[in-house]
Amino acid sequence: MSEATPILEARSLVKILGGNRVLENVSLDIGRGRVKVLIGPSGAGKSTLLQCLNFLIPPDSGHILLEGREVEKTSKRELCAFRQQVGMIFQDFNLFDHLSALENVRVALMKVKGMSKLEATERAVAELKRVGLADKATLYPANLSGGQKQRVAIARALAMDPKVMLLDEPTSALDPELIGEVLTVIRDLAQAGMTMILATHQISFSASLADEFIFMERGRIVEQGSPADLLARGAQSRTQAFCSKISELTGESGQSGQSGESGQSGESGQSGESGKAGAERRL
Amino acid sequence: MDFSVAFNAARESLPYMLGGVGWTAGLIIGAMLLGLTLGVPLAVTQVYGPRPLRRMVAVYVWLFRGIPILVQLYIFYFGLLAWLSSLPGLTGIGLDSPFTAAVASLGLTSSAYQSQIFRGAIQSLPAGQLKAARALGMTDAQAIRSIILPQALRLAIPAWSNEYSILLKDSALAFTIGVVEIMARMRSIASTTHEPVSMSFVAGIIFFALTWIGVKGLTLLENKVRIAGYTRQGAV
Amino acid sequence: MSMPYLEFLRGELGPGLLDGLWVSLVVIAPSALLGGLIGLTAGVLRVYGPRPVRWLTECYVSLFRGTPLVVQVFFWYFALPYIRVGGHGIVLDPIPAAILSFALCSGAYQSEYIRGGLNSIKRGQIRAALALGMTTRQAVTSVVLPQAFRRALPGCGNEIIYLIKYSSLASIITVNELTGTATTIAKNSWRNIEVFCTLGVFYLLLVTVATGLLRLLENSLSVPGFERPQS
Repeated sequence: MSEATPILEARSLVKILGGNRVLENVSLDIGRGRVKVLIGPSGAGKSTLLQCLNFLIPPDSGHILLEGREVEKTSKRELCAFRQQVGMIFQDFNLFDHLSALENVRVALMKVKGMSKLEATERAVAELKRVGLADKATLYPANLSGGQKQRVAIARALAMDPKVMLLDEPTSALDPELIGEVLTVIRDLAQAGMTMILATHQISFSASLADEFIFMERGRIVEQGSPADLLARGAQSRTQAFCSKISELTGESGQSGQSGESGQSGESGQSGESGKAGAERRL
Repeated sequence: MDFSVAFNAARESLPYMLGGVGWTAGLIIGAMLLGLTLGVPLAVTQVYGPRPLRRMVAVYVWLFRGIPILVQLYIFYFGLLAWLSSLPGLTGIGLDSPFTAAVASLGLTSSAYQSQIFRGAIQSLPAGQLKAARALGMTDAQAIRSIILPQALRLAIPAWSNEYSILLKDSALAFTIGVVEIMARMRSIASTTHEPVSMSFVAGIIFFALTWIGVKGLTLLENKVRIAGYTRQGAV
Repeated sequence: MSMPYLEFLRGELGPGLLDGLWVSLVVIAPSALLGGLIGLTAGVLRVYGPRPVRWLTECYVSLFRGTPLVVQVFFWYFALPYIRVGGHGIVLDPIPAAILSFALCSGAYQSEYIRGGLNSIKRGQIRAALALGMTTRQAVTSVVLPQAFRRALPGCGNEIIYLIKYSSLASIITVNELTGTATTIAKNSWRNIEVFCTLGVFYLLLVTVATGLLRLLENSLSVPGFERPQS
């Protein structure tokens, strides 16, 4: 899988929170342009893992390497420089509530990258355009829909030119009808070659993008492999069992990201994509 | 009590009493600014600082919130500042003036209360705000300055206007150390005219009006810096 | 400055302040009690009273909250005798005058917390009580007030702390409580810093003990879901 040096690599991360081992010796790496998807039940440690990857939650032990160089977590300056290169998307958006959409995208460009206001504004406008929100630039977060907020958050992260993006369940706080617009942006990103680690419950959507599924449970990586393998009919994998359980629960409301494609039948063998979607719906 | 006599006395005393408004305003503005400039760093320290510093801030707050303002006025005026201004190099710069002592004690007390206002406001912000700022590569200082404080200060304005009206009322105690603000003038004119009833009404009305003006002003400020649709949970 | 501080404290300052402390308590306790009663009455009237009564209590509250306590103290002690009712002025001794002003002012503030507590109780609570066949009066006394009281308690307790500190104003009308005693001692001994700092310590202790007691009271009345808000 990984032919070149991985962009981001985590080695044996351990995190203990309140006596619980939330991460138990987790290692993973991701190569340029790859998309890896973290799945697993809530409380499995996906979110903790993502936040450990950029030290928002400092791991208790383990190492993180960016392009083969270990990040020195005790150096504040290095930490800030590292985080600039790692984009993070949160479940609940975390837009800065006192700043307009444009200012949200612009603030770090000016404060962190030291760009001039003019330069930063130009860049911010371009990023907002990229996520389809050029006309919402002056609105404040309170006046944006959930889907629009998340797209601004993506624009904000992209503006920093990250080498890798970490997406922590970017659609789980959204109303079903708003999920599609965010997934479209994420798909575009993947197709443009952005390196991403994505935690999500949107199984069928992510199966169409992912190079690898990583199934986590109780702070460990239990299984990993290509979505096709893990979700194959009769694969007997934990991933498969988990995914079929999800689709049972959410089955009729649909994985709204692409409910059109994988739609009614759920039969495999149409396109590759809806085939995988079918796999999660069958049982 | 003859009402027309009382009314005339009140009318005649008005210019003199209003002359105290300048002193009262000076006390409040000085104290609020002192309270603000100390209160913000105290609050930031108490939320983000290392444990020993947090402890020290807590002790500071405990001290200034536990000692009555009247006692502080006495400590500063008759004690600390009188002693300080007797030190070589500190004489003759007005350290021992009643006004300085009043601003110091009102302002330091206010800084303790204001720090708790700002602390509450900072803590009411969702944790995600700081996380998102850090995730973009901001240092904590940058995040606090450009993300946390702009939001917290806005949230603090209503409590701040409450602090204003408390300070206004406390400032009336400055007469005890000889600041010639409204209350001091009311007392002296009441004793010369033997009209304490009408004089206390005039003073009451002036204080009432000042409260109203200040609170209105801060409400205007709040609306001016308000961000579209920005309300905090529970404050709706 | 001949006598060392400890000797001064033991011989003169300490006993003097202890006497003053007693007088302070004599002023504070009835003020707090009266203030609480006034506040409770005014608070209930502001929420449930008929319109004219509501209006009157609102006026009372904004008048006493809108003017400095020291002006009120001055009024009750110095100005009241000038108001002649049937040829007689009403002359109050210093301690009753202090208690009257503290209780009236404190009551105005207390009523704010009571009102807030009452308003915080959801309508559903009254409806549920009525649906069980309670009368309005029963619903208010057995469902609304117990809840409102718990909600109001932290604020009311805070108000008592304020009252303790503002009781120092009684010294202005010649009551020889803590602050009054300290002023006299300071004048006679010329040891301002020591006297007033010690006085500060007395208030700190008083306030800290009172805070602890109030906290205990709150905890003993606590019900899940009625946790004290972050102060």
